[in-house]
Amino acid sequence: MDLILETLGLAKSAELLSLSPPGWGSNLLRGLANSLQIAFGAFGFGLVIGLFGAYGKLYGGVVMRDLLAIYTTVIRAVPELVLILILYYVGTDLINQASQAMGYGRVEISGVVAGIWVLGIVQGAYSTEVLRGAIQAVPPGQIEAARAFGMPPLMLMRRVTIPAMMSFATPGLANLWLIATKDTALLAIVGFSELTLETRQAAASTRAYFTFFLAAGALYLIVTLCSGAVFARIEKWARRGQRSLRSGER
Amino acid sequence: MKLKKLLIASLATAVLGTNAATAEEVKIGIAAEPYPPFASLDSSGKWVGWEIEVIDAVCTAAKLDCVITPVAWDGIIPSLTGQQIDALMASMSITEERQKTIDFSDPYYNTPAVIVADKSMDISATPESLAGKIIGIQASTIHQAYANAYFGDAAEIRVYQTQDEANQDLVSGRIDATQADSIAMADFVGTDAGACCEIKGPVTNDESILGRGVGAGVRKGDDGLREKLNAGIAAILADGTHAEITSRYFTTSIYSE
Amino acid sequence: MITWRALMQPHRIVLMALFIGMIIWCAVALRWDWIPQYAPLAIQGLWRTIWILVVTTVLGFLLAIPLGLAQAVGPWYLSAPARIFCTVIRGTPLLLQIWLLYYGLGSLFPQIPWIRGSELWPYLRQAWPYAVLALTLSYAGYEGEVMRGAFSGVNKGQLEAANAFGMPRFTMFRRIWLPQAIRNVLPTLGGETILQLKATPLVATITVVEIYSVSSRVRSDTFIVYEPLLLLAVFYMIIAGIITLMFRRIEKQVPGR
Repeated sequence: MDLILETLGLAKSAELLSLSPPGWGSNLLRGLANSLQIAFGAFGFGLVIGLFGAYGKLYGGVVMRDLLAIYTTVIRAVPELVLILILYYVGTDLINQASQAMGYGRVEISGVVAGIWVLGIVQGAYSTEVLRGAIQAVPPGQIEAARAFGMPPLMLMRRVTIPAMMSFATPGLANLWLIATKDTALLAIVGFSELTLETRQAAASTRAYFTFFLAAGALYLIVTLCSGAVFARIEKWARRGQRSLRSGER
Repeated sequence: MKLKKLLIASLATAVLGTNAATAEEVKIGIAAEPYPPFASLDSSGKWVGWEIEVIDAVCTAAKLDCVITPVAWDGIIPSLTGQQIDALMASMSITEERQKTIDFSDPYYNTPAVIVADKSMDISATPESLAGKIIGIQASTIHQAYANAYFGDAAEIRVYQTQDEANQDLVSGRIDATQADSIAMADFVGTDAGACCEIKGPVTNDESILGRGVGAGVRKGDDGLREKLNAGIAAILADGTHAEITSRYFTTSIYSE
Repeated sequence: MITWRALMQPHRIVLMALFIGMIIWCAVALRWDWIPQYAPLAIQGLWRTIWILVVTTVLGFLLAIPLGLAQAVGPWYLSAPARIFCTVIRGTPLLLQIWLLYYGLGSLFPQIPWIRGSELWPYLRQAWPYAVLALTLSYAGYEGEVMRGAFSGVNKGQLEAANAFGMPRFTMFRRIWLPQAIRNVLPTLGGETILQLKATPLVATITVVEIYSVSSRVRSDTFIVYEPLLLLAVFYMIIAGIITLMFRRIEKQVPGR
């Protein structure tokens, strides 16, 4: 193994990337863990917002619908970087002021929570649209039938709407998850030590820019490809019992 | 559904964190970038350097429970005013402009600003000599303000997020010169990467822009914390801790009254 | 389109009144005195943003055509690299790609001395060529995937008919295949261009002076945080609105199926 690395001139890179100091591998992996944690949290938070947003857009009152339209339009037109800066500084400031006004003192907001909340709001706008489209694609007869049997709204959502829309929502949600993992890189700009910032610090300290940026790229790519495979399985599962849409294509 | 649970858990941590933070925990902001020899991340993920040791010493002397919190340099003042950190000790010079927004403790070190350029370049730290050159500087620093005021008319100023990126571009030849702190630059030109370059000399002092030394920043009106930090700085200067830490990093003193 | 009548519903009038109230509050309560000083810089920045957006979308689209074609009908030795390229570009963050191009390539320059004497050097010293390259490749990666679908979506019967009439292959591509593929992607093109607009502020991290970096400059000079960012968001919304309207007009002029 060592011999192969030596001959390829990669011995130095392997040393720099090794998991124990003086290698920087463990720093990169810790950054990756942070990135994934935030991506996961933001994706989940976004799904919750998206579910309520989609219901609000479809069944809410006129005011609710207009407000949601403003939310999704604004978030989708402004660069994530700008939104992150605004939400990161304004958000924590507002929360602290509110909590102090109510007499609770300062709220500790860790970097992870701030990241989740900032990216979650951005994700929420996109998942609102994805889920709205998916709910609309559910044959209305199924929902009406459940209503006719007197199913309460929450149970209707849990038992009928969500399972039936899953197959329509999965491709869009898979895309959103990939956006979430890549958007965590933007938190490097506010100094949160996720994978991209850890990479830059390692690269700057060792001057081995190519080694570290390529290594980080490979890590992101592995995450992308693995989640692609996972979502393909989820989609297959969500489509069970449905006629394959793909067979007609080729 | 798992996602929701995770979300609730993380929100709960945030809320519970509120209660736990009632002890006197002080978040000290530092810049999330390599800035040797003052502060840099080592390969085991720990922050090390002269300033990190001084922060520890000051906090011990002032009996504060300090947590070092890295934030982006160009957002460090918003982070302070937005209460993500309580104080910042990130080699920030005390200037009149910054004192309009935040308060400073007493200075704990001071060094001149210098111009660094390639050895083969015939450059001195004067506006005439730098005319027509490309000068790289770090955003939101005294050097940015100084370079804009003194060199901006005749030279091209290129703004970097971190000093390290400016150094990197100096080595690659994309910029002709950079203006920065003399000690950080002495460290840089001493490394293999910085061997191309040398310090061309200090810039003419202008205290209204370059300030009067480096101090710890606190929110406006947070006099309690400022007094404690002042007491801590005074204590480590008096009992020789400051000099002892300095002697391990530098050959000369970097503090003067 | 929203009609006048739709706007005049009671709840919308209330919402609009609230909105106008908010704008007036922003105008009065927040600090805007920095605008006159930074307006020239902001206009320059805005121009640079639009310039980068237009150049990279056009170049990216031109690159996406062969990428899509190779994936749709190319032999394996063309389609495999094209597919790998699209996967890598779509699977890694753009910020990382930009830094790899700018700082990664920059770190090679000191090892290749002759490059500084070459004719390309004045361009390699600037930041914008890297920004344009990175954004072009990114757009090509995303759009190449879309174009693959668009080429496959063209009715094969038409191509066979053209073939039967003895139309040369390139004419067939130019007159039949490409126009229909472009018509297929037209509805998504507006959205993709807005995504590209939203990617442009990332190039500020490699010292390109565009509209986002002007707002950072205001923040670092004056310590005003929110006002420049809010104004910046408004600017981006206006540009995104213009892009949407433009593509809607183009779509109307192209005959439907």
